[in-house]
Amino acid sequence: MSPHKLRAVLQALSPTSSTKDTGLNREKFRQAFRWMLLARLSEEKYANLYRAGKIQGGVFIGKGQEALSVSVGISLRKGDIFAPLIRDQAGRLAFGESLLDATRTYLGSRLGPMRGRDGNVHRGRPREGYFAMISHLGAMIPTVAGALLAKRFKGEKDFVGATCIGDGGTSTGAFHEGLNLAAVEKLPLVLVVANNHYAYSTPTSRQFVCADLVEKAAGYGVEGYSLDGTSLSECLEVVGNAVERARSGNGPQLIVATLLRLGGHGEHDDAHYIDEKLKQSEVGRDCLKLAEKFLLEKNWGTKAELDEWRADALRQIEDAVATAQREPHPDPNLDDWRPLATQHLSEGHHCE
Amino acid sequence: MSITYLEAIREAQAKALADDPRVYIYGQDVGNFGGAFKATKNLAKEFPGRVIDAPLSEDAIIGSAIGAAIEGMRPIIEMQYADFSTCGLNQIVNHAATLFWRTQVACPITIRLPSGGTAGSGPFHSQSMEALYATYPGLIVMTPATVEDVYSMLLEAVAIDDPVIFCEHKYLYYHLKAEALPTEALPTGKARIARPGRDITVVAYSAMVHEALAMAEELATEGTEVEVVDLRSVKPLDTDTVLASVARTGRLLAVGEAWPWGGVTAEVVARVACEGFDLLDAPPRRLNAKETPVPFHPNLWGTHRPTARSIAIAVRDILRQ
Repeated sequence: MSPHKLRAVLQALSPTSSTKDTGLNREKFRQAFRWMLLARLSEEKYANLYRAGKIQGGVFIGKGQEALSVSVGISLRKGDIFAPLIRDQAGRLAFGESLLDATRTYLGSRLGPMRGRDGNVHRGRPREGYFAMISHLGAMIPTVAGALLAKRFKGEKDFVGATCIGDGGTSTGAFHEGLNLAAVEKLPLVLVVANNHYAYSTPTSRQFVCADLVEKAAGYGVEGYSLDGTSLSECLEVVGNAVERARSGNGPQLIVATLLRLGGHGEHDDAHYIDEKLKQSEVGRDCLKLAEKFLLEKNWGTKAELDEWRADALRQIEDAVATAQREPHPDPNLDDWRPLATQHLSEGHHCE
Repeated sequence: MSITYLEAIREAQAKALADDPRVYIYGQDVGNFGGAFKATKNLAKEFPGRVIDAPLSEDAIIGSAIGAAIEGMRPIIEMQYADFSTCGLNQIVNHAATLFWRTQVACPITIRLPSGGTAGSGPFHSQSMEALYATYPGLIVMTPATVEDVYSMLLEAVAIDDPVIFCEHKYLYYHLKAEALPTEALPTGKARIARPGRDITVVAYSAMVHEALAMAEELATEGTEVEVVDLRSVKPLDTDTVLASVARTGRLLAVGEAWPWGGVTAEVVARVACEGFDLLDAPPRRLNAKETPVPFHPNLWGTHRPTARSIAIAVRDILRQ
C-alpha cells in the first residue's frame, strides 16, 4: 500500500474521501502554509540558540511533521481542546499559541506561561483549552477524553478535542485505555498519530507488527484514516473531515499519517540511525517544500509573496527572541515553592 | 439511629452530588451495581448520569478526571482497591500532582482508595498506599479513622482545589459505627488527640488508631496512661500537635499499617527527632507491618500488621527505658 496516497483503510467504518475533489480552500491552504513556515523557521532558531548554549534542557523540533500538525491546529476552533505533543509547533501556533509564549518557555523567561517551572514543549494554557503535555506518552489521551466528558456534563455543544501522538506512543497502555474509554463514551476525540518511523531510535519493526497502525481503529470500533503526512492538502482535508465527523457526533476518530522525522529525536541527537532508503523515499520528502511547490503550481501564491511571508516570519521570530532574551529568568528567592493551590495546606520545610 | 464508616462515605458522596453540580463519580462498578463495597449504593439512581461505570482502565480513569477537573468539574474517583491505583500511578503522581505547580491551573479531584488489610484479602487487596502518595509534592493524603472524620473529610476533599488521595480503611467499613453524622469537624491538616495520657505518645492513623486505643485501654488497667494522637491526614502532617504531645509525655511510638521502609512513621520520628529531640526521655520508636507482601491467611495477616497486642509490647518496652 502506498503510504502517500489517501485511503480509507476501513471502508466499512470510514467515510470515503478523495483527493480529486478536495474542495480545498485556497485561503486555508495559504494560512496553513504560513503557520508551517513560522513553525519551521522558529524551530530552526531555537535549535541555533540551543547549539549556542542559550537554551537549557533540550529542543525538540517537528521538521517534516508541520503539514500534519498544522492541519490539526487549524481545524480546531475556540472552545475546542488541543493537547499537542513534542512535534507540534505548527499546530500550536495555528491553534492560537503566541510565538512569544513558545519562545519564552524555551528561553526560560519568568513571564512565559510556565514561568521557568517547566520548559520547551511542556507548555500550554489549560484554561484556554490548550493543554500542557507531560512527558509520559499517551497520558494526554484520557486527559482530553475527560475534558470532553466535562463539556458534555456542562451541556456544551459542537466541541471537539484533539491530541497527537507518535508511532512509539501507540504502544503505551495509556493510548489503549484512553482511546477505548473515548470510544465507550462516544466522545468527539480526534487522535492523530504521526508515524514518523522512529521512536527516538527504535524503528517501527520493533514497535508493532500490524500492516498499518490505522488497523487499530477497528479494534476500538472507531473511524480510522490513513494518509500521506507529507501532503498538506491531504492532511488538511483528512484532518478537517475527521474533526467535523467528531463534531457532528460520530465518535472518536483515529488518524494515522505516514511521514519521516527529518532530524533527530531532539537537537542533541544526530539521527545517524535513520535508514537512508527511507530518507530517499517519498516518505522522506519535506512537507514544507512540497506545500510550497503545490502553492506555486496552483497559482495560490507567488514567489514574491512567499519571500514576503518568510521575511515576515523571520521578523516575528527576531522580535520574540529579542523580547524573551531581555526578560528575567525565574528567581529562586521569589518562587513560593508551594505545590498546592490550597496554599495553607502545603507542607513546611521540616528537617531541613 | 446508627451509621457505619461505609455508610458515611456513601452519605458524604450523596451530599457532594446534591450540593455541587460539578461533582460526578467515576469508577469500576460504581453505577447501578453500587460499587464493590456498596459505597455508591443507589447513587446512580438518585443522580442520573452522574455516577458512571468506567472500563478497567485506571490510567484512563484518573487521566480523564484530570481533564474534567481542568474543565471545571470536581470528579470523585473510586479505585476499586487502593492496590489497583498503581495502574493509575503515572496520572496521579506525574500529571495530577504537577498540574498546579506547572500551569497554575488547579486539579480538584478526589481519589478514593479502599485501603488496608482485612482477613483473607491477600497481597493485592490489602495494601496501604499513603506513604507512596505522600512522598509526591502536589497531593493531599487523608487517612480518616472515624465515622465522623470519613464523612466530613470526604466532603472537604471534594471542596479542596487540589488532588486528594482519600485512604478509607476497609477494615473500618462495617466495624465502625457512630450515632449520627457530624455537623462540625476539625480542619484538614489538624491532628486529634484521640485519648489523652501523660506517660507516652502513640501516633497512629486510620485503622491503627483503634488498635492503639484498645492497647491504651488495656494499659490503663495497669496504671499506664497512653496518649493516642490520630493524625487524620498524613499530608499535611500536623507536626505541632505531635510535638506538643511529646512535650507532655517525653516518649514516642509511631504506628502504621504500611511497610517499614520510610513512610509515615519514619516521617513522624524524623520530625520529632529534628524538631523536638530535647523533649524525648527515651529513643523514639516505630511499629509497622512486616517487611513482606500482605499475607492471605488470617493467622499470618493477624501478625503481619501491628495489633493492640504488639503495640502494647512496644509501649511497655519504651516505658522501661
